[in-house]
Amino acid sequence: MSTVLDNLVSQPYKHGFVTDIESDTAPKGLNEDVIRMISAKKKEPEWLLEFRLQAYRHWLTMEEPKWPNVHYPKIDFQAISYYAAPKAKPKLTSMDEVDPELLRTFEKLGVPMHERAALAGVAVDVIFDSVSVTTTYKEKLAEVGIIFGSISDAVRDHPELVRKYMGSVVPTGDNYYAALNSAVFTDGSFCFIPKGVKCPMELSTYFRINTQDSGQFERTLIIAEEGAKVSYLEGCTAPKFDTNQLHAAVVELVALDDADIKYSTVQNWYAGDENGKGGIYNFVTKRGLCKGVNSKISWTQVETGSAITWKYPSCVLLGDNSIGEFYSVALTNHRQQADTGTKMIHIGKNTKSTIISKGISAGYSNNSYRGLVKIGPRAEGARNFSQCDSMLIGAKSGANTFPYIQVQNPTAKVEHEATTSKIGEDQLFYFQSRGIPTEEAVSMIINGFCKDVFQQLPMEFAVEATKLLGLKLEGSVG
Amino acid sequence: MINKNAKILLEVRDLTATVAGVAILKGINLTVRAGEVHAIMGPNGSGKSTFAKVLAGHPAYSVSGGEVLYQGKDLFALSSDERARAGMFLGFQYPVEIPGVTNSAFLRLAYNTVQVPRGKDDLDPLEFDDLVREKMKLLEMDPGFLSRSINDGFSGGEKKRNEILQMALLEPVLALLDETDSGLDIDALRVVAGGINKLLNADNACVLVTHYQRLLNYITPDHVHVMSAGRIIKSGDKALALQLEERGYDWLLDDKKAGATA
Repeated sequence: MSTVLDNLVSQPYKHGFVTDIESDTAPKGLNEDVIRMISAKKKEPEWLLEFRLQAYRHWLTMEEPKWPNVHYPKIDFQAISYYAAPKAKPKLTSMDEVDPELLRTFEKLGVPMHERAALAGVAVDVIFDSVSVTTTYKEKLAEVGIIFGSISDAVRDHPELVRKYMGSVVPTGDNYYAALNSAVFTDGSFCFIPKGVKCPMELSTYFRINTQDSGQFERTLIIAEEGAKVSYLEGCTAPKFDTNQLHAAVVELVALDDADIKYSTVQNWYAGDENGKGGIYNFVTKRGLCKGVNSKISWTQVETGSAITWKYPSCVLLGDNSIGEFYSVALTNHRQQADTGTKMIHIGKNTKSTIISKGISAGYSNNSYRGLVKIGPRAEGARNFSQCDSMLIGAKSGANTFPYIQVQNPTAKVEHEATTSKIGEDQLFYFQSRGIPTEEAVSMIINGFCKDVFQQLPMEFAVEATKLLGLKLEGSVG
Repeated sequence: MINKNAKILLEVRDLTATVAGVAILKGINLTVRAGEVHAIMGPNGSGKSTFAKVLAGHPAYSVSGGEVLYQGKDLFALSSDERARAGMFLGFQYPVEIPGVTNSAFLRLAYNTVQVPRGKDDLDPLEFDDLVREKMKLLEMDPGFLSRSINDGFSGGEKKRNEILQMALLEPVLALLDETDSGLDIDALRVVAGGINKLLNADNACVLVTHYQRLLNYITPDHVHVMSAGRIIKSGDKALALQLEERGYDWLLDDKKAGATA
């Protein structure tokens, strides 16, 4: 591989600073007492403590999944701290009360925390380590009946909703990391869009892990009632540490009749250095339930960070005529490993799903698409289209595609397409010989490759995603 | 069009180059003046294409000796994209396919990157569309090709037309055309050669790398050079190309051997 290409794919991580802020961190280790402590600190109702303990007991009987195409040393779950919160004033009522150090952190990251400074009218819930620090536009959203804020607040203010839906899409014993999350989750976002309401602005959660050796276990729950519509964006960054940090989140989406949820992620967790030291282990369970007829859930993800990504945002298409979509760009560089994809479970009649996955691997990284399309016996007329494209940069990276297709209804129509291409010296030279510098050439090729996914992102985030891929691969921007 | 007083665009002196440690060019000397058309001919493996790629700066080749002045300046001080912005153009023998990037976006970026520093307006997509459609008429190209990915699924002839379309857009000072005639049927050859002829004038120059005389029936060279084993072993005018067509290369190679042993 040419040195130009080498330099291009070796840009430093920009969000790797640590905020010097006093935090309230639980001692390392996990047992029932730690879980009781977390629950007590958060003044949780008894049913939630039970939910946690049940999950924990289940987790103890489970084993880490071995099937992903990723390799890492065994995680010592007793060496992780399960609760870290910025030591701030007990209850924040306005932005002015937020620790100025924290504000500076988010300004550095370009997150619009100040309501008056929010450019495009995006409501933001900010999660710093384990705790939601602020939510903007809360009152304005409340006027139309939308509840948006931290899941801790929701547990306190709307326990009936949380109790009804939490764990209804991802049961506590669903998988190893979901069980762990259910036992120890500390905060996350909650969003409820009542019947018939179209959310007037983009909702967004911004996650930041700051404390070393702490895990982040947030839980997000979004409910769209009949005819409701919402577009939601999640962004993530973390400082550079040379130890690995565990991020095991659970996201549950519920769409009732005619509801429409669009969930977009731009994931830029710290990926470790070029030798693979440090970085986030991103072991996340995301699932949406199209519970009602004609409902729709669409996942769009741009995955650029994390040392290891293990994540399969999925749709359970229960309601007749419901629609599931998955649009993904996963970029890996250096020693990063990604095993990501989706599951589309067709249960209802005439359900439709679309999967567009674009994997880009550079350096020594390994990028796998893993996807399941399952058509159940009652899913008359179900349809799926999958397209999985891989692009290799340089000669040392790897790409794999693992499609699983299970069809139990003869009327179903399932299509799968896959391609692999390569950015090589010759392509870049072609651009250069037309006057176009290498960086612009790479950016143009990558953007062309990812076009089908980027156009699914809300406008401003598409710009952000394009820039982020640029940062990851280019010399001039970083 | 030979004019001994015309400006020298390219001066190559004792150029040697290697690929993966193997010497391919073993001392090339060549002078190209404004207004001239040079044809470089020779058997397979003689180093013709390598010569063109070394001039354009292909990263697989290393220059091991000699010097090249382009418009009076050290060519090797420039990166390959800088060379292109300074008016050098390489028409590829095998243009690469780039899926996902549309031709129109690529051509516009190339145009703006090369032409804006020369004082032309930065064209937006609509303005550029007008320009590119005009240029495409020159090469009898179907406008539908603008929305396709770069060279993706193009026939050999379409790829070569696309190369010359890029030449028409970038208006090079020095065009290096590497076997532009290969893969073209006789009608396409006429169209492409006609396009090249329209682009040549007293201020620019063209170096044609070719195996065959047939391209030279359409584009008349002022100088013809024969390469063998990394050197130019014979130079002449267009009559030399006709001679090669008739007699092949062997007589030249034999002459050279005879000369070497004498």
